[in-house]
Amino acid sequence: MNKFTVSGSPHIHGDDSTKKIMYGVVIAMIPTVLFSIYFFGVDATRVFLLAIVACLFFEWAIQKYLIKGPLTINDGSALITAILLALNLPSNLPGWMVIIGALVAIGMAKMSFGGLGKNIFNPALVARVFLLVSFPVQMTSWPKPSPITNGLADVITGATPLGILKEGLNNEKTISELTPNLPTYTQGLMGEMGGSMGEVSALALIIGGIYMLWKKIITWHIPVSMLLTVAIFSGIFWGVDPEHYADPLFHMLTGGMLLGAIFMATDMVTSPMTKGGQLVFGFGVGLLTILIRLWGAYPEGVSFAILLMNATVPLINRGFKPQRFGRN
Amino acid sequence: MDNIIVIAIIALGGLGLIAALILYFIANKFKVFEDPKIDEVEEALPSANCGGCGFPGCRAYAEATVKAAKDKGSLEGLNCPVGGNDVAQTVGNILGLEVEETDPMIAVIRCNGSRTNSPGKVTYEGATSCAFAHALYSGEGGCQFGCLGLADCVDSCDFDAIHMNTETGLPEVNDKCTACGACVTACPRDIIELRKKGPKDKKIFVSCVNKEKGAPAKKNCIVACIGCGKCDKVCNFDAITITSFLAYIDFTKCTLCRKCVEVCPTNSIHEINFRPRKPKPEKPKVVAPSVDTPGVKKPTNEESAKPSEQKLSKPKDVENTIAEKPVENIDKKE
Amino acid sequence: MGILRTFVLGGIHPTENKISSNAPIETINVPEQAIVPLGQNLGAPSTPIVNKGDMVKVGQLLAEATGFISTNIHSPVSGKVLKIDNALDGSGYKRPAIIINVEGDEWAEGIDTSTDLVNEITLDSKEIIEKIKNAGIVGMGGAAFPTYVKLMPPPGKTAEFLIINGVECEPYLTADHRLMLEKGQEIIIGTRILMKALNVDKAFIGIENNKPDAINHMRELVRSQDDIEVQTLKVQYPQGGEKQLIKASVNREVPSGKLPIEVGCVVQNVGTAFAVYEAVQKNKPLIERVVTVTGKAVKKPSNFLTRIGTPISQLIDATAGLPSNTGKIIGGGPMMGKAISSVDIPIVKGSSGVLLMKKEESSRRVESPCIRCSKCTYVCPMGLEPFLLSQAGKLGNYELAENESIMDCIECGSCQYGCPAGIPLLDYLRLGKLKVGEIMRNRGKN
Repeated sequence: MNKFTVSGSPHIHGDDSTKKIMYGVVIAMIPTVLFSIYFFGVDATRVFLLAIVACLFFEWAIQKYLIKGPLTINDGSALITAILLALNLPSNLPGWMVIIGALVAIGMAKMSFGGLGKNIFNPALVARVFLLVSFPVQMTSWPKPSPITNGLADVITGATPLGILKEGLNNEKTISELTPNLPTYTQGLMGEMGGSMGEVSALALIIGGIYMLWKKIITWHIPVSMLLTVAIFSGIFWGVDPEHYADPLFHMLTGGMLLGAIFMATDMVTSPMTKGGQLVFGFGVGLLTILIRLWGAYPEGVSFAILLMNATVPLINRGFKPQRFGRN
Repeated sequence: MDNIIVIAIIALGGLGLIAALILYFIANKFKVFEDPKIDEVEEALPSANCGGCGFPGCRAYAEATVKAAKDKGSLEGLNCPVGGNDVAQTVGNILGLEVEETDPMIAVIRCNGSRTNSPGKVTYEGATSCAFAHALYSGEGGCQFGCLGLADCVDSCDFDAIHMNTETGLPEVNDKCTACGACVTACPRDIIELRKKGPKDKKIFVSCVNKEKGAPAKKNCIVACIGCGKCDKVCNFDAITITSFLAYIDFTKCTLCRKCVEVCPTNSIHEINFRPRKPKPEKPKVVAPSVDTPGVKKPTNEESAKPSEQKLSKPKDVENTIAEKPVENIDKKE
Repeated sequence: MGILRTFVLGGIHPTENKISSNAPIETINVPEQAIVPLGQNLGAPSTPIVNKGDMVKVGQLLAEATGFISTNIHSPVSGKVLKIDNALDGSGYKRPAIIINVEGDEWAEGIDTSTDLVNEITLDSKEIIEKIKNAGIVGMGGAAFPTYVKLMPPPGKTAEFLIINGVECEPYLTADHRLMLEKGQEIIIGTRILMKALNVDKAFIGIENNKPDAINHMRELVRSQDDIEVQTLKVQYPQGGEKQLIKASVNREVPSGKLPIEVGCVVQNVGTAFAVYEAVQKNKPLIERVVTVTGKAVKKPSNFLTRIGTPISQLIDATAGLPSNTGKIIGGGPMMGKAISSVDIPIVKGSSGVLLMKKEESSRRVESPCIRCSKCTYVCPMGLEPFLLSQAGKLGNYELAENESIMDCIECGSCQYGCPAGIPLLDYLRLGKLKVGEIMRNRGKN
């Protein structure tokens, strides 16, 4: 005799699932991963694999032995954190540092807050900043990209474009003097410049972003407001003094700007819930990034900007509510 | 260089001093006078802040008692169930008032509709909340008065005194219960009642709140009270009332004589913490022929010992029924 | 064709599954025993005026309205009253009902049982409302609110538009669709009667775009009549919700906590318009309705014209029986209908459909943690934040829930439908609404 099920309505559901969303993001990151392996070779593969294995291992171990709760390493969120962490690191980082990064990302920034959905700060960025502050030398020696087709040449290290810019400006050089050392726009777009593994190829990142917009995993609000803010602010200063301030397109293509705008700031757990809130969030990230880039001590500001704005998200959620029906 | 140190010391020290003086004056100017007895009474209270007294927290209760002592001269109506008689005495001593001893109470679950007695006819899926399920439908077993087993009562308890038995699907109260009344309010079906704890924790109560007629009640649950009235007839102390096909034992009149438990045909009256009954001796065979009065059952050995099929989930009266083995907590709220 | 009107905020598009839309309305046999619950409407249950053993005819008054928000109940069958007792109904509880053993099919005097169209409306507004009240008509869309109350706006408020709800946005249900195709004329006359009762001179009939045949048919019928306009609405759930329909139809937003009459609108279901026609023109009280019986495993998805009080089991048998792998039976549509525990419960005035779900479709998804994706917020047609309200309801933070407008929720289920994590948002939201409602009522008392 069949026992009927009784439950509250609705009795049907859409076919969206957390797993689908997570793996959708992973697919969007594939072009970037491929490009970084192309440019940074075996080292890149090494960092990716280490990060993935370490993150999954730590999540499994913490869930099984510390929390003693259900195991959810299949849902794809640890995988995303691992890939994002790897994309934020230079490909010549020692393996044990990658593992520490994974532990910080999963253990400290995600699990200690309560697991999936409960963290305030973006785990990959927390780990990146942690490593940057703890191991500044290794975290800022960027290998020069050398397409894998050129064979396994010795890795030469150099500074990122932003690093060149900041140091040059601090030494009272002008933009025109520095330009020969900076990549061209094409090189910036395609990825032939120094930087972390994910920073280099703007094209790959944009492809991933378009994929996520198509699959409705992210909306345009945060990336557009962030990049627009960056463009406007840097544009104003560049317009006033083009010899001491780089142009907006340069800012957008270098550093972690696109990686941050497309993958890190749009992380659902740590970004605001309403469209209005997201626009404010994007504006804040853009503004802080430019402030740090132009006047801060660090050449790159995206990671810090996103983490700082993550802290304001609960406040943004309180202030920006959706439009209510029948209350205007 | 030294100058800077001296200046720093003077500046910060001076600031600190000024701040301290300001705070001192403000504290004195805005001081609220409070009867020191309130602090004393609050010290004596259990500090559980459970609300069982009807006040928002122990401090509020302390204030109420001091006020009552001043205005009315008696603590009538003010009772801290958690503290019980000891605390009541202490508070009475502090305020210089006589306090009457009250009977200790305990929460009693008046439903025995376990998974075996009231087998599930449908499967429930949804929020683990009795209030929600109560609004949705009658329950997995079909009885619309019975326990839903989703542990709203367990959640509401501040004293770790009530836990869900995952085998039977019913909650069980242990001796940590302070009769604060939180579970009574939490249960949407008014299944839990505060009753007298009884001498040596002995209790007799009707473990059913079903108000339907006998036949539909029994269809859903084999140990339902069918309102037959046998218990009422046998009670010599007028403690039992039958309303709407449901018997209720008034614990202020009940003398724990156990007669009603014997006659209940569905075993819905429970006796807790009593000694096991002696099996009745077999009556000697009567020599003269006796006329059988139709309808009167002659007690036999088996009947005195009670058939066991219907007692599957009834708490055994031979053991201490207060749950000794730890039962699994249904962890509802993350 | 016209532009597709719709409401602005939120909404989802579940798979329509209108598998019974081609099944013409079949009249099902009178049951052997009719169970007529006394509480068939929103409001107070009715008071019976017959006794055990009385012989009754079809259309005879069985129970009277108790107070203002209540209705008359008429006998759907002829026979002998077996008892007035508690019987299981769609609420999941046993409620008082009049149980009649059916004998024959004798109708009470004065009722016109022919299908001839009666065009002329001879009564005035007051008489119409009185007749609707006496006929026991309630909202046939499912809410079952007494219709005559809606037709009597409180002092100070006047109706400007009548909106007929032919939307049927719930998946699977096709009763209204078939009614429009087969009884379109009667619905139009019913609309005119309602317009006269309300004293309005403009009515809109809103139909979703997935029923092009109904739209064309109804448009044809009102071709020369300027005061009734058929509007094509976008296929979006919950287009048929009163507030959403008003927004889509006349672009007015009902203020929070108020009724549609506040913006001058009155909304009635097409089924109600049809029942009004029958009551006013044919003296026929509300004793039967069209019920869709459907489901992926149902052998013959159908639309049955059923007498009130017929057990659902009879309807299921008429579609060639209960499929063996049925896991859930829903009274109504899959988004807002109620899951029932037994097939022996009766059809009541508000029963729009019976949906049988296969075992594979009956279980909920496994719940996983909220990933703050905001999908629930994006789809909520009332502009609420279900993730917040659901948590508030679950954890008992009723003050927060009230401040964030939990009472505005229409319980449409869009949030839970779209949630990727499978969280039972509506369950806890409903719990929150229950408790906040209680608090607000107690506050009003003090």
